[in-house]
Amino acid sequence: MMQKDQSADKRPWVLLSPSLFAITMLVVIPMAFILVYSFYENVDLAVDRVAFQFGNWQEVMTDSYYRTAIWKTLRLSVIVTVLAAILGYIPAYFIAMTRFRDKWLLLLLLILPFWISFIIRTLSWIHIFGNQGALNGLFRLLGLTDTSLSLMYNEFTVIIGFIHVFLPYMILNIYVSLEGIDENLEPAARTLGATPWQAFREVTLPLSMPGLAAGCLLVFVLTGGSYVTPLILGGPNDFLFGNLIYDAVVSELNWPMGATLSFTLLFLLGLVVVLYSRLMGLNQLSKAFR
Amino acid sequence: MRVWSLLKIYTILVYLFMFAPILVVLVLAFNSSQFGGFPIEGFSLRWFVKLYENEAITRAFRTSLVLGALTAVISTTLGILAALALVRYQFRGKDLITTFLITPVLVPETVLAVGLLIFLRWLHMPRSFGLLLVGHSIIALPFVVLVVQARLTGIRRDYEEAAKSLGASPLQTFFQVTFPLMLPAVFAGALFAFTISFDNITATVFWRPSGMETVPTQIFGMLRNSVSPEINALGFVMICITVGVPLLAGALARYFTRKKI
Repeated sequence: MMQKDQSADKRPWVLLSPSLFAITMLVVIPMAFILVYSFYENVDLAVDRVAFQFGNWQEVMTDSYYRTAIWKTLRLSVIVTVLAAILGYIPAYFIAMTRFRDKWLLLLLLILPFWISFIIRTLSWIHIFGNQGALNGLFRLLGLTDTSLSLMYNEFTVIIGFIHVFLPYMILNIYVSLEGIDENLEPAARTLGATPWQAFREVTLPLSMPGLAAGCLLVFVLTGGSYVTPLILGGPNDFLFGNLIYDAVVSELNWPMGATLSFTLLFLLGLVVVLYSRLMGLNQLSKAFR
Repeated sequence: MRVWSLLKIYTILVYLFMFAPILVVLVLAFNSSQFGGFPIEGFSLRWFVKLYENEAITRAFRTSLVLGALTAVISTTLGILAALALVRYQFRGKDLITTFLITPVLVPETVLAVGLLIFLRWLHMPRSFGLLLVGHSIIALPFVVLVVQARLTGIRRDYEEAAKSLGASPLQTFFQVTFPLMLPAVFAGALFAFTISFDNITATVFWRPSGMETVPTQIFGMLRNSVSPEINALGFVMICITVGVPLLAGALARYFTRKKI
């Protein structure tokens, strides 16, 4: 009887309805429109014709320009993700394991970058690598060079910019799963004769995998979907798939092509998310908020 | 314990990597040089004065503040209702609903931006402040739900039961017991939503009507010709707001809870 009452309870649905309605109207339906528009035909600047033709799709599938952009995006996202994982794991481990009294300070400093403007954090690298940046200033001061070395606007600075912005996501996710591990497990492995490295590799590392995977997913998807960082820190050849969308929509006002490219990006990154959720489940992602 | 000190050094280096460039911005904001970079020529506050006198920037600032505040109101309202449903009730399809609520995060922001624009185009509606507002709210919503949900789980239901058994109506119970207990969650959610909106650039570039700038898009536009010292000063002010306000709020909250105990 109780069970029946609960499942017939309308109250949770009343509470949920505004959010569900908003997401349906502002996310689900627009995604459907992207698909529909990808079959439209671009006639002129900002003018398109209702149609059902595969011209845009054919162009995206066959033009090597788009394929190059997909590979570039994939390559850069993998590089950023792997480097962020390598850079992020050890600090996460340190914060989780330290007996340091002011551990809260380390955690606070980890959250702090989330509050600092993305664009300020990104452009701050111009002050490091730019012509008037810290490195060039240092080189001049040491008398190593008279002119400015151009260290900026290449793939390297784009990668640095991405890692800098996304690293806190990685560290936080790894930290959360490391923090959840029973702290007696590693000492237990040690008393059973494992070396510290063995204890880490056989016990701690596998148990922290969910966090590492969640961090990697976030960094990969966030990098793969962006276009602003290459515009600020990259050169003309450092574009991502997102930049093609930006160009199609903002510069060329070619809506059908913008829609086709958007759907392609949604599909590719969606594949990654689906693959992840099959393996790990999506609830690991929300653990970082607890 | 040599390994441990290596880990410690590594961690310090990573923290340096995260904060050194930001500190450089903060320092350069006070550089009197007329260029935005090194070398440092002297201490000066003139870029803050310039900033204050720059009408485009102050206008962008006002837009961003209003947008952020309204986004916080909308997404926190929706988010709290949804989080209440998830925390307080058991119903069928809950996992599916939870996943659905975080879909705005799973869709790449660029795609989300283009999709909403195309939908609007189909409706023959121009870009507007309203578009920015609903757009930012939907981007912030999943984060608000997650934050509020995490905090709400910690509230015990005994207080509500007690209020009800003492004769309070459901509405009275909500406004006099539940809501005050929820306030920290509400506040955290609203702050988060404000920060997300205040910081957003990816979608804002697509959604803003021509002529309207938020602080990030204004900076983005000014960047085309190198970093001006005004941008450094603006960065300083923004960091003071987005870091200072939550820190102060957190410190105050701590202070008051300690006093109570």
